Amino acid sequence: MSIKLGVPSKGRLMELTFDWFASRGVSLRRTGSEREYAGAVEGAAGVELVLLSAGEIPRELAAGRIHLGVTGSDLVRDKLADWQGQVAELALMGFGHADLIIAVPACWSDVDTLEDLDAAAHAFRAAHGHRLRIATKYHRLVREFLTREGVADYQLVDSQGATEGTVKNLTAEAIADITSSGETLRANHLKILSDGLIHQSQATLFAARHADWTGERGTFAAFAKQLGVPADF
Amino acid sequence: MAGKAQARSTGARILAVFAASGAVEIAPDILQPAEALLDLYGEDIRARAYVTADPIRGELMLRPDFTVPVVQEHMANGAEPARYCYLGEVFRKQDHSGAARVAEYMQAGYEVFDRTDPEAADAEVFALIHDALGGLGLTATIGDIGILQAAVAGLDTIPARKVALMRHIWRPQRFHKLLERYAGMVAVPESRRALLDGARDAAPWIGLRDPAEMEARIARLRLDAAAEPIPATDVARLDALFALRCAAPEAPEALRALGLPALDPAVARLERRLAALAARGIDLAALRFDASHGRTTMEYYDGFVFAFTAADPALPPVASGGRYDALTRVLGGGREIPAVGGVIRPGLLADLEGAQ
Repeated sequence: MSIKLGVPSKGRLMELTFDWFASRGVSLRRTGSEREYAGAVEGAAGVELVLLSAGEIPRELAAGRIHLGVTGSDLVRDKLADWQGQVAELALMGFGHADLIIAVPACWSDVDTLEDLDAAAHAFRAAHGHRLRIATKYHRLVREFLTREGVADYQLVDSQGATEGTVKNLTAEAIADITSSGETLRANHLKILSDGLIHQSQATLFAARHADWTGERGTFAAFAKQLGVPADF
Repeated sequence: MAGKAQARSTGARILAVFAASGAVEIAPDILQPAEALLDLYGEDIRARAYVTADPIRGELMLRPDFTVPVVQEHMANGAEPARYCYLGEVFRKQDHSGAARVAEYMQAGYEVFDRTDPEAADAEVFALIHDALGGLGLTATIGDIGILQAAVAGLDTIPARKVALMRHIWRPQRFHKLLERYAGMVAVPESRRALLDGARDAAPWIGLRDPAEMEARIARLRLDAAAEPIPATDVARLDALFALRCAAPEAPEALRALGLPALDPAVARLERRLAALAARGIDLAALRFDASHGRTTMEYYDGFVFAFTAADPALPPVASGGRYDALTRVLGGGREIPAVGGVIRPGLLADLEGAQ
């Protein structure tokens, strides 16, 4: 038996995750060919590396098929209902920063706040016969945010990519998406609402509450001590 | 937890009580067209209802409640006055785990469409449900969204502000932010000030919203900026109204003491309702009045609202209901009729009876 650690399988997120563990004396690396998702762990006993798509890690954690996982805090909050009941945050890792925001056309000079968006949505619905459409792939986070803030007369439309283009293509009136620099938003003539920050995401090490920890507690306590993260959750 | 068979037999017992008081049993489909529900409730219902697809009928929902299909059925085929009862499952997604958070459960309901005496109909529904629940020591709470609407309608301010506040009665946070803005209690955002001074973004126009829609909104904002702030004393009176909780017999006097003359007709309706409840044998002293009751439920109740709750705060209400005149207008295609109804959760009732 061993503790299964799920880590993003490619790109910058994988490299920065490897760096984070390396600076704590744990060496993670991919093995085999460039295309094979197998990995090895050195410097920590009883830990097994599982390389996964960052988007799959929340589900694998919830199902308890991995004990620990590194992924964006936005993905866990959006993909898992009652996420705090399913996973525990062990460490904010300080990279992979991105903000989930609401953006509207820059030409809407009268819309700068959620209050404005709500009023514009009310008038839009009356004029067009349907609710103001917000394109996003973060349905749960966006819906919970807008409910909490008391925005009405909108509907979410699913957009899994090129979300910034949906307004120009007339498939949405506004978007809710991840941005780091805002460059793509500006290029698509969109602006961020001044109070439209939904979540500040970063790479986070999570523990799965429903994984089988029987017989792994000692291994985990040693690993947690090495990483400098809480051993109880 | 009571099994389904037990919930069903308790439900059948309640349904027989409802039928004995003259209601016709109706059985709406479990699969409901999603469009009407989505149009009414928007994203709130999408988060809570199970949506599925039919190759011919398009997007369908597993019945999240009975009220909408019962209203649709009545508006399409019903003669007046009408009383309906029903028993069946409803389906709601739950975002949290826990024994009380079940995704499918039975509802037994009773709905009255009658324009002759609304307060008598309110009392009829409440008393019938009260008696069907038996002596379980549940706490009964009543409220009246119509009183809140009357308070907003009576504000001394421009109509656009009343419309905006009226629309957000069911979203307390947005309501109170708007109220503070209209009262000049929070500063106007810098962006709003610049906009009214004529600032416009030079970005090219994109999207379906028309420039004329923006200009129309700017014109409304100018009217708003020119309007007198709502006096702080009026805000304090509204806050006192929303916070009012007392024993039901004290409610009319407490409401009159708020100094809001616009409430008078609504308070008179409350008094007629209380008298009708007393005439049906309800002990008014045991009823709690909560002016904000019903503000955080789904927004179709627009008058009398009530709920029966058990002592355990983790449990959902054992029974709840209210008046939904506006819903009949929305679904009625030009027609409307005063309507009031309520539901009991037989599964929960069976659990509580079993624990006694």
